[in-house]
Amino acid sequence: MPVVRLTRRQLLAAGLAGGAVLAIGAYGGYRLLRRRKQRRRPAPPREQPFAPSAFVAIDAQGAVTLWLPRPEVGQGIATTLPMLIVEELGADPARVKVVQAPADEAYGSQMTAVSASVRGSFNDMLAAGAAAREMLVGAAAAALDRPAAEFRVHLGEVIHGPSGRRLAFADLVPAAAKRRVPDEPALKPRSEWQYVGKAMPRLDLPAKIDGSARFGIDVRVPGMLFAMVVRPPATGGKVRRFDAADSLAVPGVRNVVAIASGVAVVADHTHAAMLGRRALKVDWEPGPNAGWNASAIDAHLERSLGRAGVVARRDGNGAKGLQGPGKIVRAEYRLPYLAHATMEPMNCTADVRPGQCVVWAPSQSPTTVRSVVAQRLGIPVASVTVNIPLLGGAFGRRVNNDYVFEAVDISRAIGRPVQVLWTREDDIRHDWFRPCSAHRLEARLDGDGLPVALAHRIAAPSILSGDPAFKDPVDPTAVEGAKEIPYRVPDLQVEYSRAEVPMQVGFWRSVGHSYNAFVVESFLDEIAAAGGQDPVLLRRRLLAPASRHLAVLDAVVAKAGPAPAGGGRGRGVAVHASYGSYVAMIADVRVEDRARVKVERVVCAADCGLAVNPDGAAAQLEGGIVFGLTAALYGRVDFEAGAASASNFDDYPLLRFDETPAIEVVHVNGAPSALGGVGEIGVPPIAPAVCNAIFRAAGVRPRTLPLSRGFGESA
Amino acid sequence: MPVRKLEINRSSIEVDAPDGMPLLWVLRDIAGLTGTKYGCGKSLCGACTVHVDGVPTRTCQLPVERVVGKRITTIEGLAPEKLHPVQEAWIAESVPQCGYCQSGQILTAVALLAAKPAPTDQEIDEAMRGVLCRCGTYPRIRRAIHRAARGK
Repeated sequence: MPVVRLTRRQLLAAGLAGGAVLAIGAYGGYRLLRRRKQRRRPAPPREQPFAPSAFVAIDAQGAVTLWLPRPEVGQGIATTLPMLIVEELGADPARVKVVQAPADEAYGSQMTAVSASVRGSFNDMLAAGAAAREMLVGAAAAALDRPAAEFRVHLGEVIHGPSGRRLAFADLVPAAAKRRVPDEPALKPRSEWQYVGKAMPRLDLPAKIDGSARFGIDVRVPGMLFAMVVRPPATGGKVRRFDAADSLAVPGVRNVVAIASGVAVVADHTHAAMLGRRALKVDWEPGPNAGWNASAIDAHLERSLGRAGVVARRDGNGAKGLQGPGKIVRAEYRLPYLAHATMEPMNCTADVRPGQCVVWAPSQSPTTVRSVVAQRLGIPVASVTVNIPLLGGAFGRRVNNDYVFEAVDISRAIGRPVQVLWTREDDIRHDWFRPCSAHRLEARLDGDGLPVALAHRIAAPSILSGDPAFKDPVDPTAVEGAKEIPYRVPDLQVEYSRAEVPMQVGFWRSVGHSYNAFVVESFLDEIAAAGGQDPVLLRRRLLAPASRHLAVLDAVVAKAGPAPAGGGRGRGVAVHASYGSYVAMIADVRVEDRARVKVERVVCAADCGLAVNPDGAAAQLEGGIVFGLTAALYGRVDFEAGAASASNFDDYPLLRFDETPAIEVVHVNGAPSALGGVGEIGVPPIAPAVCNAIFRAAGVRPRTLPLSRGFGESA
Repeated sequence: MPVRKLEINRSSIEVDAPDGMPLLWVLRDIAGLTGTKYGCGKSLCGACTVHVDGVPTRTCQLPVERVVGKRITTIEGLAPEKLHPVQEAWIAESVPQCGYCQSGQILTAVALLAAKPAPTDQEIDEAMRGVLCRCGTYPRIRRAIHRAARGK
């Protein structure tokens, strides 16, 4: 069995430098929450006379335009972030226009990642609204010669309280534009919030129900052509030679060009590009990774699990605490690689001209696109325009921008604007996969069945080691959600053993939480069963009193009511915190023949602190549950000869309508001034809640996912 | 390439498309109607659904020559004047997240309600199971279909 240890140097040599550069952006995004305060930047040039910041402008007619700094991927920030500005500005929410901002330093961090699009822009949005309001009020106060404190702003008018006089934004714009932009505008007291914290219908709904919403794939530019790229089956492979004759004979095919990632077929329309690609003959150099198949990966993972890792957390005596009297519980868990499978496959449109470039990139990381494209073309960043269309799902896939570079390479080669589209097969096979992982857990229980020592070793490939700047022996994304185990166990150890497997890995909705929550919450149920404890009561005993974990657990138990019994039914619970939010779930399942599970009902209690748009937060939780359930039931990508063997929705199924349980979401606001993420938090707890329910229903303990491959051994 | 006449959204449109070209790409790359989406190319996901003579039909594998002389309705032509009750229900329940699959969802739901004005949950399951949504909007789609059926 050929085992190739792929180092960073080899990866770079294998032509994946773009990936490496991108991972820097990803790591930057991962660290984004550490940078709290952003310096105020001037607005880009605007046609509106009043543009006090990059985020707000008002024209002479009083029409308000807001710029959305981060990509809308479905998470609803095209509503949530405008709500924050409107709250402070006093504009009429029904009459603001929201524009997706292009990549520009003026907007601060523009990443949509780590569930931080609201958290990361919250202060900027409030300040932008407040600054504009302060200037409008200042203009009104000067016009009426009254103190500013006597004015308030409501639905696009500045109102003088004592006299009742109303001044429209339009009348104040010229004078407001002459005033100094305040550095520290005073924010409204939260008690006066009108919109924030209340359900707001999404502002982007009308375009998303009539076909007018423009996603990346819908970009149309005069003179553009359509391209498909054939790529090496295994990452690291290369084109030896290709024969384009048959391809060029397909009606509508214009060009066949070699680019960094493979060979591109360019045509008048997508269909011709598909046929032309099918007709293309390519002789591949298989590259260093073509020897990897599922059994080689499994064997490598086993070896990683078998050796001591680097300690990520150690409390008390750590793993030494396992020595001693009492019952020992041991278990191992395995989780597979997963694909993102956004409904809109990867695509990008680029127009490269001498010395300049415009791209329409459905990307989660606009500023990374801009700087890397500039670097690739050898032109100044200022000569690259990155427009962000709507993204048809992202889930972490579009933090990496390989599809953008293809569009740029092709347009540069042919001298025309071009849209590159990946087929579904391209999209799944050339994904940046959720890493596989293997877990070994051991606990020692005292006479009451409570764990007094717990050790958890995680073996998994590292995402962040793709960045040469990343030096930490512990990849925080691999241990997240396990390292922060909330249960009070005196002797605790969490280790990370990095598996050096060269499959391309990336950020997948909830990242390490997606597997660690499954493992930790399943194992806690194993402890409960071994110690003869009720799973809910055991969690209550182990969680800190008055903790937010405990509050969501209590809330979900109260909401769920009595458990259904009989007919192969069972109930499972799981609690997990991620991205600053706390979520508890109860799943009610029915198991048939110890082999098929129907998830009938899911109840979810979530504490994300202040939910700016509670209905939007609920939608994200519902979506996270469906996403996590899809992975639990079906998600698995295997590799054969270094290439992913999954390809489309027949062999990489997604949860369908009729398989979706009834879902109920309740919000618990345990810290009204805290901001937690919502985009990913629904994913982690669903798999363990379902598997814990399967155990109660059928007496089998699933320790590998997906469940479609069987539930595993009897517990 | 042969020029053929198609009836799309109550207009007669001439398209220059070869035999075998799936209607999806005719709509998107030639007719400029991008509301119909590509998702899988194998009739597995339903993102490319349009109505052909009122019947919800996948277009990613449907050769253009098969729809000559038939009435094609895309999301753009569903209700050009004012919103269809299904679209209104979609807004009332805040269904879309990313929105990519929603043309297929809406056109499938419209056809369901045309055939069964008050569908049961099971009938909704059967009609909607062919259209995938990665964002997980299924529970809201169910609510929106019931809402549209109630007529409010």
